[in-house]
Amino acid sequence: MPHLPDSHGRFGPYGGRYVPETLMPALLELEEEYAKARKDRRFKADLAYYLKEYVGRPTSLYRADRLTKKFGGAKIYLKREDLCHTGAHKINNAIGQVLLAMRMKKRRIIAETGAGQHGVATATAAAMFGLECEVYMGTEDMQRQALNVFRMRLLGAKVTGVDAGSRTLKDAISEAMRDWTTNVRTTHYILGSVLGAHPYPMMIRDFQAIIGKEARKQILAAEGKLPDYLVACVGGGSNSIGLFHAFLGDRKVKMIGVEAGGSGIVSGKHAARFSGGKPGVLQGTMTYLLQDENGQINLTHSVSAGLDYAAVGPEHSLYHDQGRIEYTYATDTEAMAAFDLLAREEGIVPALESAHAIAHVVKLAPKLKKSQVIIANLSGRGDKDVQQVARMRGVEL
Amino acid sequence: MSGRLETTFQRLRDKKEKALIAYLMAGDPGLAETEQLVVALEQAGADVIELGVPFSDPIADGPVIQQAAERGLKSGTTLRKILDSVKSLRQRTEIPIVLMLYYNSIHAMGCAQFCKAASTAGVDGLIVPDMPPDEAGPLKGPADAAGLPLIFLLAPTSTPSRRKLVAEESHGFVYYVSLTGITGAKLSNVTDIQQNVKKLKKVSASPVAVGFGVATPEDAAQVSKMADGVIVGSAIVKRIASHQHDPAMVGHVAEFVRSLKAAMAPA
Repeated sequence: MPHLPDSHGRFGPYGGRYVPETLMPALLELEEEYAKARKDRRFKADLAYYLKEYVGRPTSLYRADRLTKKFGGAKIYLKREDLCHTGAHKINNAIGQVLLAMRMKKRRIIAETGAGQHGVATATAAAMFGLECEVYMGTEDMQRQALNVFRMRLLGAKVTGVDAGSRTLKDAISEAMRDWTTNVRTTHYILGSVLGAHPYPMMIRDFQAIIGKEARKQILAAEGKLPDYLVACVGGGSNSIGLFHAFLGDRKVKMIGVEAGGSGIVSGKHAARFSGGKPGVLQGTMTYLLQDENGQINLTHSVSAGLDYAAVGPEHSLYHDQGRIEYTYATDTEAMAAFDLLAREEGIVPALESAHAIAHVVKLAPKLKKSQVIIANLSGRGDKDVQQVARMRGVEL
Repeated sequence: MSGRLETTFQRLRDKKEKALIAYLMAGDPGLAETEQLVVALEQAGADVIELGVPFSDPIADGPVIQQAAERGLKSGTTLRKILDSVKSLRQRTEIPIVLMLYYNSIHAMGCAQFCKAASTAGVDGLIVPDMPPDEAGPLKGPADAAGLPLIFLLAPTSTPSRRKLVAEESHGFVYYVSLTGITGAKLSNVTDIQQNVKKLKKVSASPVAVGFGVATPEDAAQVSKMADGVIVGSAIVKRIASHQHDPAMVGHVAEFVRSLKAAMAPA
């Protein structure tokens, strides 16, 4: 497998750097600094230290026996990113990028957030290193993830609502890019997923690849063989590429990315880019987008704020075209059922995002043999979603 | 090729005048008004029209232009309809018209088809704010073939090597972004602008126009002393927005443009 992306930040035809000129020097600097850091023994040691002692890595690979028994098919393992400090995989990237920001002597951090997990992770890392932090969040998301808004404020971050467009993740990214364009000399933008202009998709993938590196070792120790399937939800695509990346060379390992099917593809209210999108350019990168025939970006819908986005990471677009990764979707209803199922069967309340991955396991596991193995990425925990789910069910807390 | 843009800059140079480049968001509040504005602004002294194509996610723009884009989209404006408008304007005016549009609008139509259609309609150049020269490959061939100059932007953060790249790749004019920020921010540090424009002019064969943050006749007067052209966007769009329901809107905006051009008169 060739080393991706190429020197222009391209994953085949996807990726690149579609940004205003003002940001080009900052992206070039970031690329250069990251190239130095990834070879620097001190940087690697610092990162490893914080991931182990602060984040709590390695996260466990848990054999979900009751779930396995229920379906009577493949053996199901869960990669427990929900056990990371702050409750999701997002912290892996936030710590890496804060360390980079310090190397570049940038004392102000900005971030966008959808579900709030990346915002919380960034606010956490910034607090730990004493950096100023501002997080942009769509006002619609602020409402459905009110708990995380308060958490970020507790951590000393300024949370700025974005009241434009669909008032969700996409609009938060645009606003963060505008802030970065204005304050680029003093500020580092910690993008939360494998999106945006080069080097972000590559760098964030590298920071998240630890998920798959651990899982590969853990499954070999537990089962003495590689898994048959990997399953993960795909919003921007950082937890999925994080799990998948270490297995890309293992041709027999099948990988499935689960997008947000929202109210169903026919309804048009969804965020399944590979089921209704086509390539285009949004927020710095060429990738699959949900757009109309004039190239205007469509409004998306998902019960989960973290998957509610019109574009997908460019590396996913390449693997989609190559057929290396299969992409499917789970609807809001299916995800909600999986949310309940995991809580009842395994005592784990998953994030609504991760519930999409579980929803696909529900469909896949019964069709497989008992000798087969599935690893699903439990990218985050559902504490942040409890309020929203209660509200949806008419329960007053 | 000696296009309308080149002829205009040459004519102004002969008169020792600077170009006033007026930005309008196409379809704000409607395309009929946009056409009236183009004609009226030309009469009021605008030398070039920069016509924005509304896009749902304009990352380089501040709130004034973002809201104008929303109004443009609401009025049903599409790239095809804008090209039809330019075509019909060409029966009335020869003022150079450059389109300012995000790359996805071009990509959705296809680079080759778009360039051909734009050139046929009478468009004189393209500004694509989210496409630095590094990513311009697929557009360059079709744009050259259609005789459409690509106008690139240079920023205060640009390094000398990027200055050289932008100057070499840019045709028609080079768009110098006066400030580190988005459209509609406040003009700042005029000495910096002066120094950067001076450096840029040394390496650029094309004229240099300065935009972002030029909001008043005083700003325009100051900037026109340093550059070949002055671009005014948000300040014009703001006036269109505040008079959008006023039958005298076009007159109000023309009046403002007249005051800008008057301030730029050579001493």
